[in-house]
Amino acid sequence: MSGVLRVLEGHLVAYRRTWRGNVVTTFVNPVLFLSAMGLGLGSLVDRGDQLGSVSYLTFYASGLLAAQAMQTGVGDAAFPVMAGFKWTKSYHSALATPIAVRDLVLGQAAFILLRVALAAFAFALAAAAFGAFPLTAALAALPVALLCGLAYAMPVMAFTASRESETALISVFRFGLVPMFLLSGTFFPLDQLPTWLQAVARLVPLWHAIELVRAITLADVSAWPWGAHVAYLLLWLLVGAVLAPRFFRRRLVT
Amino acid sequence: MALTAGPVAARSGDAATDPPGSLIVARGLTKRFGDFTAVDSIDFDVCTGEVFGFLGPNGAGKTSTMRMIAAVSPLTEGTLEVFGRDPDADGAEIRARLGVVPQENNLDEELSVADNLYIYGRYFGMPRAQVRARIPELLEFAQLTERADDKVTVLSGGMKRRLVIARALINTPSMVLLDEPTTGLDPQARHLVWDRLHELTQQGVTLLLTTHYMDEAEQLCDRLVVMSDARIVAEGSPHELIASYAGREVVEVRFVPGGRDRALAALDGIGSRQEVLADRVILYGDDAEQLIAAVRRRDVQVASTLVRRASLEDVFLRLTGRGLIE
Repeated sequence: MSGVLRVLEGHLVAYRRTWRGNVVTTFVNPVLFLSAMGLGLGSLVDRGDQLGSVSYLTFYASGLLAAQAMQTGVGDAAFPVMAGFKWTKSYHSALATPIAVRDLVLGQAAFILLRVALAAFAFALAAAAFGAFPLTAALAALPVALLCGLAYAMPVMAFTASRESETALISVFRFGLVPMFLLSGTFFPLDQLPTWLQAVARLVPLWHAIELVRAITLADVSAWPWGAHVAYLLLWLLVGAVLAPRFFRRRLVT
Repeated sequence: MALTAGPVAARSGDAATDPPGSLIVARGLTKRFGDFTAVDSIDFDVCTGEVFGFLGPNGAGKTSTMRMIAAVSPLTEGTLEVFGRDPDADGAEIRARLGVVPQENNLDEELSVADNLYIYGRYFGMPRAQVRARIPELLEFAQLTERADDKVTVLSGGMKRRLVIARALINTPSMVLLDEPTTGLDPQARHLVWDRLHELTQQGVTLLLTTHYMDEAEQLCDRLVVMSDARIVAEGSPHELIASYAGREVVEVRFVPGGRDRALAALDGIGSRQEVLADRVILYGDDAEQLIAAVRRRDVQVASTLVRRASLEDVFLRLTGRGLIE
């Protein structure tokens, strides 16, 4: 355990270099998206009166809470992890000490979790400030954001460890992140899609997270029992958690 | 200032408490990567307090051997004991007592000098206060005190190397492994590093180093093994090896362009042994004066003659037919 905490501390010390700029964007981005899409686009969408009693701002903000957890989880597990292997070689230098491969993986995951939590908290504040939903609801949805972020981060960590070239990571963003973003119910209810696409969307972990968030913030019922959504997210998390140490070890202990 | 006499509270390695005798025992040590054998069944012992060297060209198997000793690379075959323990089973314990200077400067270039030291020290489980107390000592050792808050990326190559060496000492190890410690450094930087390593040996730290520089091996090592193509081809002190395999003085005769074959024919028979290289022939014998006299007597056209004392380069040439630096 102690090894994990020391690796986490290492990440936090390194974060001191960049945290100021980081924190600014973390708090500013939600404001930008919520005003542009939530209010700006929302004022058009609400005229169509298609979402029942729910404003587009509320609908959209609920989705975005989980979506940006996904984004943070994927982003932190891709290039920063590749950096540890290829550019800073921080993983290699750490392994010359009593630190174990397992500590590296869990310590990295713990740091990503903190970053997801910070982003989600910032978003919750902004969403509440815009009146999308009460702050209490937003905070109640935070655990879902954490689960969503990790459910994406662990598999992406495993994937990054298995790739030699960083161009593979660009594919993750282009063919993974963006389609999932669009096919998750963030921007519009899934039943607007053709049936076959809806089926595909059921596979997207983000959709499950959004269903859970909307159940909390809209006091609504999710498409599946909430336990099933959680289980699906946990499945992705565990697969990543099993594969990541394996791929890390294969790459670092030769 | 004794670098290894850190705060009494928690010292992970203490040169005074290492048992006399062998800190490292290797028998039949082998490392294979798929079909490729990097280390082929080597035997060696490293004694407490000595400076032990692995001398050989790039690709000889030195780094692979070091990585197994450092408990970061599993053995393929054979046995290896470091501090009396098995690296495959007790890796973390061994690493806790070692200092490692890898071949590449794997520093985090975006972080400051002090941050690099701090994070590394914490990985050893040292308390925060203890790590913070070590940092100024290490910076002074590396002569980087004014650079504590500079980003590593602005340092020169020599400074980065000194930082990596200082970093390796943060846990006050009783044994330090150095893989090619001065490769890529200018002569001044190299001598600075050698001075620092001398300081360490005087404090009783055991040093294990690999190098392909004969002057480094001769300057620093008490004993060394010569490695070539995954095998150990000779073992002994630099002095013993040179005396056994190369004699005392040598004469190098450089050919004029195009005059190689004529010169070789003319110089045939001079000295107890000859090594023929692309641009010169090296004559070995007991007396350099006699060798030179003999060369002059043959009245052959040569570009220059050079007398020098025999070196480990000559030893390596004799044992493997190749030079240390290709």
